[in-house]
Amino acid sequence: MSVSKFLAVLVSGALFGFGLALSSMVSPEVVLSFLRFRDFGLMLVMGGAVCVTLLVYQLAPRLLGRPLLGDHFSIRPSALDRDIILGAAIFGVGWGLCGVCPGPAIAGLGTGNWDLLVALAGIAVGAYAQGWLRDTPAGAAD
Amino acid sequence: MTLSLFPLGWGHYLAGGLLIGVGVSLLFVLTGWVGGMSTVFSSTWSYVSRRPFFQQARFVETRVWRLVFALGLVVGAAIWLWVLGPTGGLHTGIPLWQLGAGGLLVGFGARLSNGCTSGHGICGLGSLQWPSLVAVLTFMATGFLTANAVLFLGGR
Repeated sequence: MSVSKFLAVLVSGALFGFGLALSSMVSPEVVLSFLRFRDFGLMLVMGGAVCVTLLVYQLAPRLLGRPLLGDHFSIRPSALDRDIILGAAIFGVGWGLCGVCPGPAIAGLGTGNWDLLVALAGIAVGAYAQGWLRDTPAGAAD
Repeated sequence: MTLSLFPLGWGHYLAGGLLIGVGVSLLFVLTGWVGGMSTVFSSTWSYVSRRPFFQQARFVETRVWRLVFALGLVVGAAIWLWVLGPTGGLHTGIPLWQLGAGGLLVGFGARLSNGCTSGHGICGLGSLQWPSLVAVLTFMATGFLTANAVLFLGGR
């Protein structure tokens, strides 16, 4: 990875992390109070982020043709199948239990919230289990 | 109305959300990469696991920048703590068993679904992918049910 790309990714990530901390999404209590309909802040966070992203994802490929430091714009793989819904349902149960999702679990380390290391480890083990199951003959069938 | 919907104020939510969008957008404009956060939890395993699942090109070829992006998240949050955060850092009162058990399900589910709150919620919706909208509505629903069940059963 070139120095310019390294810096591009690092700065982009830093904006993301600063935004997660500023919007208090790194606090599980705030996320859980959204899921209990006591504070609708998460809707503003997601709404604000989606608006900016939607605009740039739609306009950049048309206006630029190619990324400034890369050769093509990636497209997120997407297909509606059993896994996407079952996985989202399981994800939601975990999210409602701990109030931590992957971004805040990582960004939380920067805020010195060391208890979130437990959630981070859980996510890593859960991700490993998903890959491990997919590798077994029963899981590889689909 | 505003008071009851946003008891802690709303400006920091909107500003933070816009910044998250700017981060995801800047990554896209500069590199063309789509930066959801859950994939790094699979791609990083490719460094230590020889299993074919983790050795897929979509993980091996993106594992470096995904880790750098994750490092950026930590750096950005640390800058927030330094500039605006409380002395001594943040703390949570959520019991460790909830963080651990919840984390396991979050990791498993997000990877099975191929996306999380940022992957489906921000990048997927930003790409106008309707499967992501189904995923978002699904995890909002099960998250709502679980969070309220936890409260009902005496958890945090």
